[in-house]
Amino acid sequence: MTTVAVKPATMAQALTRALRDAMAADPTVHVMGEDVGTLGGVFRVTDGLAKEFGEDRCTDTPLAEAGILGTAVGMAMYGLRPVVEMQFDAFAYPAFEQLISHVSRMRNRTRGRMPLPITVRVPYGGGIGGVEHHSDSSEAYYMATPGLHVLTPATVADAYGLLRRAIASDDPVVFLEPKRLYWSKDSWNPEQPTDVEPIGRAVVRRPGRSATLITYGPSVPVCLEAAEAAQSEGWDLEVVDLRSLVPFDDETVCASVRRTGRAVVVHESTGFGGPGGEIAARITERCFHHLEAPVLRVAGFDIPYPPPMLERHHLPGVDRILDAVARLQWEAEG
Amino acid sequence: MTVMEQRGAYRPSPPPAWQPRTDPAPLLPDAEPHRVLGTEAAAKADPDLLRRLYAQLVRGRRYNTQATALTKQGRLAVYPSSTGQEACQVAAALALEERDWLFPSYRDTLAVVARGVDPVEALTLLRGDWHSGYDPHTHRVAPLSTPLATQLPHAVGLAHAARLKGDDVVALALVGDGGTSEGDFHEALNFAAVWQAPVVFLVQNNGFAISVPLAKQTAAPSLAHKAVGYGMPGRLVDGNDAAAVHEVLSDAVRHARAGGGPTLVEAVTYRIDAHTNADDATRYRGDDEIEAWRTHDPIELLEAELTTRGLIDAAALEAARQDAEEMAASLREHMNRDPEPDPMALFDHVYAETTAQLREQRALLQAELDAEQEHHGEQEGGAR
Ligand SMILES: Cc1ncc(C[n+]2csc(CCOP(=O)(O)OP(=O)(O)O)c2C)c(N)n1
Repeated sequence: MTTVAVKPATMAQALTRALRDAMAADPTVHVMGEDVGTLGGVFRVTDGLAKEFGEDRCTDTPLAEAGILGTAVGMAMYGLRPVVEMQFDAFAYPAFEQLISHVSRMRNRTRGRMPLPITVRVPYGGGIGGVEHHSDSSEAYYMATPGLHVLTPATVADAYGLLRRAIASDDPVVFLEPKRLYWSKDSWNPEQPTDVEPIGRAVVRRPGRSATLITYGPSVPVCLEAAEAAQSEGWDLEVVDLRSLVPFDDETVCASVRRTGRAVVVHESTGFGGPGGEIAARITERCFHHLEAPVLRVAGFDIPYPPPMLERHHLPGVDRILDAVARLQWEAEG
Repeated sequence: MTVMEQRGAYRPSPPPAWQPRTDPAPLLPDAEPHRVLGTEAAAKADPDLLRRLYAQLVRGRRYNTQATALTKQGRLAVYPSSTGQEACQVAAALALEERDWLFPSYRDTLAVVARGVDPVEALTLLRGDWHSGYDPHTHRVAPLSTPLATQLPHAVGLAHAARLKGDDVVALALVGDGGTSEGDFHEALNFAAVWQAPVVFLVQNNGFAISVPLAKQTAAPSLAHKAVGYGMPGRLVDGNDAAAVHEVLSDAVRHARAGGGPTLVEAVTYRIDAHTNADDATRYRGDDEIEAWRTHDPIELLEAELTTRGLIDAAALEAARQDAEEMAASLREHMNRDPEPDPMALFDHVYAETTAQLREQRALLQAELDAEQEHHGEQEGGAR
């Protein structure tokens, strides 16, 4: 048996490969959005698809997000599996009406008779120096809408595996792509891309004993870095990558927190009304007697996303995470 | 007797006479874009106006090349050049009275500057130190809008409010060809027409929305045709002919001010540069097209008119160039200073009165910055 060289690949390349494989495997998979055809998307994630599968399968739409998602609903009603691209986080907002009023609840409205297998790809989050409306973390809006799955990969392998799972899902999936990880590289074998666990499973990225950092998407590498840095101060941090915000993997999260007794939730999105509040509440409800300290949150400030020159002060970085970890200790002693 | 028998047999009759609400004929745009330069109509144009347009075009072009150069030096995060589209932008600003309002899209920096906004402040958004560098009230210019077409309903609302107050203020809203596909475009036009709001919509049709050509954006004969369905006039104009754009826009503004309601103007032009400095236009278009449009350059068109008719001499042309150079030099100089936005300003202006939560977060950041400062101090101390 020959071994295939494992080459470094970017997350964007893995996503492209996932789309391509999904289209090749299933003729009902259609990709559509602004600039996805000839240009291959502004992040080149759909590069080459129009050429390989034709413009009917990878379609440059008119510039209208509500129209893109609304027509995808009709296409899905007729048996297709649309994968739509929203160009940037904040430009998905015109499509909210379709997403909230129809996409998320069509299965429920029709008592299960009309499921909508639609994948909505949304590049999201900050850290790339984008001007306003190019850096929003919109996950809380999606999480608050029953009927949607909300996924976000943090590694190259997960980007491939999760997107394949999303497209194959018979339910609508909001697939949040952390745009500052698009160019991050991992050793990954593009010739033999591997599957991931079914939707809804978190993963322990780094085992540890003294506290758990619970995070996802763009904050995963930051938490791993913080965990390395914390080692010198005697903290052995476990890092849990949620991968799926909806459904939420209580099992993996609680198992970890029960082991470590302390938890910090880390995300870029605002803290107030943000995902961390829900996660902290769930942990408290399930692990109260195992907790040595309150569950803390390290989040973006509760402000509109700031301009590029100030975003480093807004985004949760290693130091802010370490400060929170230190407070866990203090809480334990106090 | 059954109910049917009581009512008697149903006798079909023709429906009541149907009347269209508006005669669509006068609303329809001309078949060809309106032109002034190089035609007999040019003789009627005010030479002073032509010279003012010219000076602003030259300034605008220089602004575009300077800003693009600044992206290469890393002084600007991104710049969407409007080279080739200067006539639309300049005419937009010059067609308005001081009391009128401009609602620009993200590519419309030149219109904003021509309206009097400081050239450096107009770039604040694109430089990345704050979202809007100017006070919208000072020159009556709304912030540059990044989400497409979302500023159009704002323009309608402002124009409507002004009319309710009895002010003869007109709002001019700018949008690209791609933006006309958004739902907000439709809703804005419909409101404007139903309310007879004093608003003018200017579509700069520059051929592309990033990579998507007009043919994939609309099946309408022209974007100006869209007006008819809403019940407002549509006007088609050569977007590289500054005199023509100014004339058509001025007519539309006058019409709106006089209570005649909204107009949709489509200016046919071309985006000579890529979508932004970050875009690779070779992926979706060839050089031939660009070269063809270069021979229909807005500055050269106007310059030819002015010189052949003896309305401008070499000294005046040189003066316009000189003025543009000075503007560019000043822009360069100001942009080469490192802006130092205050991190604590993150918490300003989120609410009229700040909240307890934000005060807490402010204190957290202040503590972080103090610690950073102390750390720096220690390091410097250690080095000595
Ligand atoms: C609602 C929304 N969707 C998508 C985008 C991303 N985007 C920025 S510019 C652009 C193309 C705009 O084309 P057009 O309206 O023709 O204006 P032009 O760039 O040609 O001036 C797109 C798709 C956006 N800014 N807003």
